[in-house]
Amino acid sequence: MKEIRIHARAGQGAITTASLLGYAYFLKGMYPYAFPSFGAARMGAPMNAFVRVDSKPVRLRSQIYEPNYLLIVDHTIMRGFNCFSGLKEDGVAIINAKEGAIEVPKIKAKQKVFIVPANEIALKHIGRPLGNTSMLGAFCAATKELSLEDLNAAIKHRFDLKLQEVNIKAAKEGFDYVRSISV
Amino acid sequence: MKELLEGSLAVAEVVRLCRPGVISAYPITPQTHIVEELAQIVANGKLNAQFVNVESEHSAASTVLGSVACGVRSYTATSSQGLFLMAEVLYNIAGMRLPVIMTTAARAISAPINIWNDHQDVVSLRDSGWIQLHAEDIQEAVDLHLIAYRLGEDKSIMLPVMVCMDGFILTHGLETVNMPSQEEVDKFLPPYKAPYKLDVTNPLTLGPLVDPEFYTEARFALNETHKEALALIPKITSEFSNVFGRNYNGLVEEYQMKDAERVIVAMGSVCGTIKDVIDELRKKGKKVGLLKVTSLRPFPSSHIYEALKNATKVAVIDRALSLGSFAPLASEIKAVFFGKVKKPKVISSFIVGLGGRDITRESIKEIFRLLTGKEKQGEFIDLKPELLKESYE
Repeated sequence: MKEIRIHARAGQGAITTASLLGYAYFLKGMYPYAFPSFGAARMGAPMNAFVRVDSKPVRLRSQIYEPNYLLIVDHTIMRGFNCFSGLKEDGVAIINAKEGAIEVPKIKAKQKVFIVPANEIALKHIGRPLGNTSMLGAFCAATKELSLEDLNAAIKHRFDLKLQEVNIKAAKEGFDYVRSISV
Repeated sequence: MKELLEGSLAVAEVVRLCRPGVISAYPITPQTHIVEELAQIVANGKLNAQFVNVESEHSAASTVLGSVACGVRSYTATSSQGLFLMAEVLYNIAGMRLPVIMTTAARAISAPINIWNDHQDVVSLRDSGWIQLHAEDIQEAVDLHLIAYRLGEDKSIMLPVMVCMDGFILTHGLETVNMPSQEEVDKFLPPYKAPYKLDVTNPLTLGPLVDPEFYTEARFALNETHKEALALIPKITSEFSNVFGRNYNGLVEEYQMKDAERVIVAMGSVCGTIKDVIDELRKKGKKVGLLKVTSLRPFPSSHIYEALKNATKVAVIDRALSLGSFAPLASEIKAVFFGKVKKPKVISSFIVGLGGRDITRESIKEIFRLLTGKEKQGEFIDLKPELLKESYE
């Protein structure tokens, strides 16, 4: 079983991110359980979305406290909140931030952090700072859990026409970005 | 066909497959996605139904009361305060013997206001005369709607059925669901033919004033029908399994119960977490099990007795309170064993997961741990004592 925790602000598309990720796993024949946890149900409030995935149906209904992977969609949340809480010893975190905008958090020896300018990538392709699909592209490259093709299939299922096209581009650039910094 | 669906959308889709003629609802978190989707389905012409927009839940319930009274299969859904606003009408629907089917996205109740999941809303409607079925996962939520229509509309029953699914956890979670085809649903669920209905050519009065000469018998009959439903549910679920290939008992589900010494009794989505904990503890040789209650009403007393009579220690999880008294499910489980010779030595009662407080594996392990000791009465799990010291002064 793998557990993924997404940190974001309400309105940034974390639920879409979780469902895209869930769908990519689903297409591979896995059993995801993707679910949100809202705070005050206000746009901009910190919130979490989660994906728990296994080769058999997931029954566990609690939130995720010891994730294998972290997606931090808004790095400003890290100021008041330990997003790294419980991250597995060999866990991987992907943070959406401009290069040099944040200090690389202190991590354990086997943990990995990738800082990806997902908003900039999204602005370039989508025209809005919604870095979810580029974050997911980065996730595929960083964790090797899913291939870019798996992700694209989920994007195609979710978006049509122009939105599909630009999101696939954003995902690829996120993927390539991680490839380029992790050689 | 297997799909990855949000619980709300899966329920909306299965309701579409059941072909209701009237849907009426008022949106309330966390039920909203279900009725939004159904409104869309009707607007897109994918379901030949009338979606009646109303100004309150009281009106939504009244609308489906009226439409089923006219012989039309109907559907509504709500949560929490919305369910309470419906309450007066809900008792009428049951008393008039109208098989309305409703989804309740189970949620905490005010005050303080809280949109998250527990069972305080649905459990408080246990005496309304509605049949009440609780889903553990999204698949079961989908399937229980099919079972609910068959059961409620059976000529020997003619009662409304409430399908309870945990708010957010199931309504907003995405899971792999095996969605039935229209062909399968049509095979299992024939069109609704009301044995009685409001009709200008054959006038009929439903829910009239009934004086003391007759009232008791009307309520007695309602109660008797619940007993009949108890016998009918397993027959319907066995037919269900013939058509759809999924097996439910419909009343209770036993998990690792054969030699279980310590058993948790629970309802709803927490049963999944409990099953995971049981698997873990079983690997360590602990004889633990789960009795899941699917049907809260009718209450399957004899099934519960048979399932638990050999267990040494039983913990009943309530995600609701009966303020000022024993927890609702716990008191009923205890009632099952009152005066019985064969019974568990301990029936402890635990309150857990109110207003969306997360129920973790640790919460469940703590209950199994506490079950090794003395009997507990309404013990709160994951309570924060430091918050109780706060004062407005």
